[in-house]
Amino acid sequence: MSVWVIADQRKGTLRKPALETLSEGRRLADQLGTSMEAVIAGHNVEGLCNEIASYGAEKVYLIDHEILANYNPPAYARAVGDLIKDKQPQIVLMGGTMTGRDLMPRIAARVGAGLAPDCIKLEIVDGKLKAIRPAIAGKVRVEIGYKSDIQMAILRPNVFERLEPDTSKTANIEKVPFEPSDLDTKQRLVEFVSKETGRPELTEAEIIVSGGRGMKAPENFALVEELADLLGAAVGASRAAVDAGWRPQSDQVGQTGKTVSPNLYIAVGISGAIQHLAGMSSSKFIVAINKDPDAPIFNVADFGVVGDLFKVVPLLTEEIKKIKAQEG
Amino acid sequence: MRFEFTEEQRMVRDMVRRLADEELKPRAAEMDKKGEIFPEIYQQLAELGLFGVYVPEEYGGAGMDVVSYATVVEELSRGCASTGILVSAHTSLVVDPILHYGTEEQKQKFLMPLAKGEKIAAHAMTEPGAGTDVVSIATTAKRDGDHYILNGTKHFITNGKEASIYLVFAMTDKEKRHKGMSAFIVEKDAPGFSIGKLEHKLGIRASSTAELIFENCRIPAENLLGEEGQGFYIAMHCYDGGRIGVAAQAVGIAQAAYEEAVEFAKTRVQFGQPIANFQAIQFKLADMATMIEAARLLYLKAAWLKQEGKPYYQLSAMAKLFASDVAMRVTREAIQVHGGYGFTEEYPVERHYRDAKITEIYEGTSEAQRLTIARNLLKG
Amino acid sequence: MKVVVFCKSVPDTETRVRLKDNRLDKSEIKYILNPYDEFAVEEAVRMKEAGKVDEVVAVSMGPERAREALRSALAIGADRAILIKDDALDGSDTYVTAKVLVKALEKDGVEYGMLLFGQQAIDGDTWHVPGQVAEMLGLPQAGSIIKLEVDPDAGKAVANRLVEGGEEVHEMALPCVVTCRKGLNEPRYPSLPNIMKAKRKPVQDYSLADLGLSPEEVGRAGSFTEVLSYSLPPKKEAGRKVEGEPEEVVQELVKFLKDEIKVL
Repeated sequence: MSVWVIADQRKGTLRKPALETLSEGRRLADQLGTSMEAVIAGHNVEGLCNEIASYGAEKVYLIDHEILANYNPPAYARAVGDLIKDKQPQIVLMGGTMTGRDLMPRIAARVGAGLAPDCIKLEIVDGKLKAIRPAIAGKVRVEIGYKSDIQMAILRPNVFERLEPDTSKTANIEKVPFEPSDLDTKQRLVEFVSKETGRPELTEAEIIVSGGRGMKAPENFALVEELADLLGAAVGASRAAVDAGWRPQSDQVGQTGKTVSPNLYIAVGISGAIQHLAGMSSSKFIVAINKDPDAPIFNVADFGVVGDLFKVVPLLTEEIKKIKAQEG
Repeated sequence: MRFEFTEEQRMVRDMVRRLADEELKPRAAEMDKKGEIFPEIYQQLAELGLFGVYVPEEYGGAGMDVVSYATVVEELSRGCASTGILVSAHTSLVVDPILHYGTEEQKQKFLMPLAKGEKIAAHAMTEPGAGTDVVSIATTAKRDGDHYILNGTKHFITNGKEASIYLVFAMTDKEKRHKGMSAFIVEKDAPGFSIGKLEHKLGIRASSTAELIFENCRIPAENLLGEEGQGFYIAMHCYDGGRIGVAAQAVGIAQAAYEEAVEFAKTRVQFGQPIANFQAIQFKLADMATMIEAARLLYLKAAWLKQEGKPYYQLSAMAKLFASDVAMRVTREAIQVHGGYGFTEEYPVERHYRDAKITEIYEGTSEAQRLTIARNLLKG
Repeated sequence: MKVVVFCKSVPDTETRVRLKDNRLDKSEIKYILNPYDEFAVEEAVRMKEAGKVDEVVAVSMGPERAREALRSALAIGADRAILIKDDALDGSDTYVTAKVLVKALEKDGVEYGMLLFGQQAIDGDTWHVPGQVAEMLGLPQAGSIIKLEVDPDAGKAVANRLVEGGEEVHEMALPCVVTCRKGLNEPRYPSLPNIMKAKRKPVQDYSLADLGLSPEEVGRAGSFTEVLSYSLPPKKEAGRKVEGEPEEVVQELVKFLKDEIKVL
């Protein structure tokens, strides 16, 4: 009996959602009075085990093989899935990165376990996991219970609190052998086309500054970018801005784009169609800047500014610069 | 009695509704300002088969029914009233009579490209001296061997600029009054044919309204539609069906304005609450919705009667009379709900208001509809 | 090569959600073909138009209304459809759904080169079923793709997954599973002639018995997860809305950011 976390790494770095998931795994294990253990699959990733331990994992299963160097769905699912079948943990968690959302269903099918996606809250009731998640564009909340012995859940990034790591801990590593199979070679990651902007990833960002139709032209996004960079924020966009070709698809927040939950979401010139709200309404704080006082975005905003964004945003940037300069 | 669309009718409605929301609505204001329907819209309508909704498949159409057609016109008009009348005038006033009265050769030659939307059609009856009184048209057609020679000027011709096939009405025998009128299919490149001035209008500004000039315009004799002297009856056939299209257009305009009003009422806050909370606004919205639904049922019934091959001219007249009045009332009230905002170009309701007016005029004024209806119910 | 596209009937996003006894009240919901599945159907039809695919089969599991979703897929250009319909399927979780879909593929016997899904269904939003089907069938998979190149003769496909910070390019042997998302293509509007043609295309119905499954293996009984309850999300309290001179409102906003939520 234990709580397991599949620690998601890419290119030898633990993903931020993995740290949140380890923290939540620790919390659930304490509540159940059981151990928290982690699995990491990859190649030459032994060095990450101590970091995993620092978030409270009492044991780290290490599956290291060159076939696992890059994300390979069939190989990862077999490696981790068979270990789960063997060890029978009670709960298996993974962060909702694009890897987590892709891999967990495969593992759940392999193991034959119930899986809850996109969870924003996990509870233990009578010793069993209860997962809570939004559905239908955020319009309802669903409570999910399990009938399988192994209970699996994917955690929405940026929602669960990350613990302070205890760096004094060293990992108790158990190396798990990996035997390649025919299926593994049917798929290969041949290239990673980096679109790094130097800004944080939308789904992981603490702060997001998003622009919409009100930006009027692609070049005006410089205003949004400047403010974002000052705040260390990610840049997002509404569907209107993406469909107009002003921003890349990867920037889109909302139903056909990404679901985000930053600490602060600043919506600039975004009216707030239901499809957009579905992707950002779980943000902790929302600031909206829009000249239309009736824009629906104001219904979800904690702080709404009715005004011309082309005046308000530059002034705001100036003010923040002043504050940052004082803090020096 | 079943008040339900068939699966195909519903799919068509859903598709055109989406098309209107995604392609027409975002461009309607700009097209209104520039006075044209953008070429990519024509192309899209053609690719989707919207220029030949109820034309049988063997003539290049979609092989659907008149109810689907009318629904298409409503949904297009909800996005852009000019686009609605483009399809309606094309279909009801030219495609339909060729389908009905055309020879097999005429169908192959003219109906085919029209139904596929490769060519656009315009209906040319109205003249400076002949509006509702169509029998007083001055355009003449004279037989000359294998040809007819047309002389005269038409004006207020919808689709006049974009069309390449015109259904032109002319007197072949002035003495015989309405029995001396004939209908001709004229192609744009006919010698002696030219397009005159374009009108600047109150509404449906993206739809072209042109003057057509015929100066010894020579057309092949086989372009006579129906028989000599049948023109008046063909025209009446056109307008009976066209009224269904205009009624559907009027409902589309009203629906668009109504939706704007509801949206505005729900979000506009005055005295600390959305104005939709006020009974004065609620009553307006309730009346609008009721009128629209009644007008829609009327045009749908007329369309259904036409599809079933039953007499429908009385219903189509009633539908047009009522729907155009509803369009005027609803668009006026929609502006009222918007208050001062509604009077500005920032909001689309001012365009809907301007677009609505023509539905009381073209293809038979409201006064003419009342005459038709009254004569029908008093006869025999 | 033949391909299979999975289609789900889902409530339109604009639909207002009502709850009745902690369950969804489905009586007033308008249903559409899941928009993500449209990307999948469109991609399959484009492959057919490019001469790489000779049959596109649309498959849906759901109540009678799922037939409409299939009809939409046929109107976009799928050749035939399969509807898996049985009252006992109500309440099935994603694992059971995947199991049933796999059975239907077996029953039909279609020799598929690719299975296409929407990345997610806009109602359940789980993203589960494609991966579960891929694992059950032992197939490679590329999720959330924005580019796809298929070479049926060489028996492989190359797909670009949109992930954090870039694109993963996966090369896969056929048959494989892909899940489609926005950015892959622009789904067409179904034309009127194609809507009429869709009416004449065959739709095969399968019941649970046809697939050799018993009611205990599916539905709530056969599922590993169950929905305990639905609730409306806590209503957010309306925030502040300020209007006025830009200089003044920015001062207030800065105060909010700095003192109240402490992000500066």
